[in-house]
Amino acid sequence: MQKPSHQSRQWGDAVFRGLTLLAALVMVGLILVIALQLIKGSQPAFARFGLGFITGSRWDPVHGDFGSLPLVYGTVVSSLIALIIAVPLSLGIAIYLAELAPQRVRAPLSFLVELLAAIPSVVYGLWGIFVLVPWIRTSLEPFLHRFLGWLPFFQGTFYGFGMLAAGIILAIMITPTISAVSREVLLAVPVSQREAMLALGATRWETIKMAVLPYGRSGILGAVILGLGRAIGETMAVTMVIGNRPQVSPSVFELAQTIASIIANEFSEAFDDLHLSALVMAGLVLFIVTLLLNIIARLLVWRVARAPEGMSRE
Amino acid sequence: MTGERNQRRKFMNNLMFVLALGATIMALIPLGSILLYVASKGLIALNWDFFTQLPKPVGEPGGGLANAIAGTLILVGLASLMGIPLGILTGIYLSEFSRGRLAWLVRFICDVMTGIPSIIVGIVVYGTLVLAMKRFSAIAGGVALAIIMLPLVTRTTEEMLKLVPHSLREASLALGASRWRTTYSIVLRSAMGGIITGSLLAVARIAGETAPLLFTALNSRYWHTGLDQRIASLPVYIYTYATTPYDELHRLAWGAALVLVAMVMVASLAARLAGRKAGGGR
Repeated sequence: MQKPSHQSRQWGDAVFRGLTLLAALVMVGLILVIALQLIKGSQPAFARFGLGFITGSRWDPVHGDFGSLPLVYGTVVSSLIALIIAVPLSLGIAIYLAELAPQRVRAPLSFLVELLAAIPSVVYGLWGIFVLVPWIRTSLEPFLHRFLGWLPFFQGTFYGFGMLAAGIILAIMITPTISAVSREVLLAVPVSQREAMLALGATRWETIKMAVLPYGRSGILGAVILGLGRAIGETMAVTMVIGNRPQVSPSVFELAQTIASIIANEFSEAFDDLHLSALVMAGLVLFIVTLLLNIIARLLVWRVARAPEGMSRE
Repeated sequence: MTGERNQRRKFMNNLMFVLALGATIMALIPLGSILLYVASKGLIALNWDFFTQLPKPVGEPGGGLANAIAGTLILVGLASLMGIPLGILTGIYLSEFSRGRLAWLVRFICDVMTGIPSIIVGIVVYGTLVLAMKRFSAIAGGVALAIIMLPLVTRTTEEMLKLVPHSLREASLALGASRWRTTYSIVLRSAMGGIITGSLLAVARIAGETAPLLFTALNSRYWHTGLDQRIASLPVYIYTYATTPYDELHRLAWGAALVLVAMVMVASLAARLAGRKAGGGR
């Protein structure tokens, strides 16, 4: 009697273990399928343009000429605008919520900021088209042109749509990511660091500047890169406000196009194989870049989040 | 001398306090604006027809998005059926069975996958499923959403299982329970609240996804007829209607946005409640 039940138990364990292992292997398989599918799909375009695809400056489906430079440019510049706005803002939020805010408002305020991350991208786009873009056209662009119009960045027609709109909407969307991760990094800084500074007579700000921020530096950098990765891959909201014209222009008032937004725009309308393949290849470039950014960001955040464990929490 | 210097230090301290507070308030302005517009413009659009009628052709007034509401529920349901069990199993593997290199790899892939742009998932599912089936389908849309969901569920499951004290596992094993019994009735049960929270948050996240549906589920003007057919969804309708020049369709897009945001908020809220109920101190 004892033996068969013992055996069946071992069987049960083995099956269960195998099942979970299988599920874990599905995850490994998925990333391989994603990579292989992108590489396979971009073969025709790669055969035709080679690495020149990345530097080619014309995206012209009508004549079958595909270079991704305008898309890469649009992606990089819109993400940079987003970072320029979102990084100081998010750092301010993280510092306020982790260090300065009265204890009882911390949780509700953090919840509200994180609520921004819960709003679907397409709703951002809708709001962007009907609220943000008109405001940019009638207020922000005339204002920037008037005071900074001598710079090449702030010249041209006031469309409202375009690079600036994309950058601003991205900034709003990545702020919760950067601020939430930075806040966690700041909270992971050992209390003894702060106490030592305060005991020496430093003000709160001096404590933050000299003891807290340097300690969490690489974690905050990780948070920023995580935000950058999100901005680069963000699709719907950008597609809806960027104007969808693949071109390289110094002015942020101009219409533009990103890798993600051109895929959303043209993929279902691409009839010839070369066009489709060029879009997949653009997707492959996007995949590789976001993959690298995420790996770097994770390593940076892990380092900080793990370091203090032995030191602060006895 | 020192008095002046101290004043400057105090001033800096106050200035930075104000700036940090200002940054927080600044971030809440767009949140307020979005919620206000979605609520006010959406409410105008909502009526009985919105929830019961099919979309009308362009130019005809009225009509609703009943098929898109149903479609979103079907797509999210399909994705959950695939993504949640698979994610929980993977999470169990990571927390209960593995110490080695494979676990590190899976954990790493999981983290990286949360950062892959959702449009990439759309391309890949198009290249595999849609081309193989030779048509856009609810299944393809569900698979795309499930792929986005999977790493989220896996990581929360793993984290929740790790919070379960080892003494519980040891007690169960010492009583003679097998490994899988222990995991199933002791570990999984005590972590259930957290796992439900994580799953609901993943549901909230994919309910609003648009990009992966564009070339998988596509869209449809009719009621859903089968899992191998294209299917309507709220996010895709918002995108399509918002980018047309017709006021009537814009109105419907705002209505759809309100319904979608409400769905996402309900799922997030339910997640918080489930977490509070089970987690206690967390």
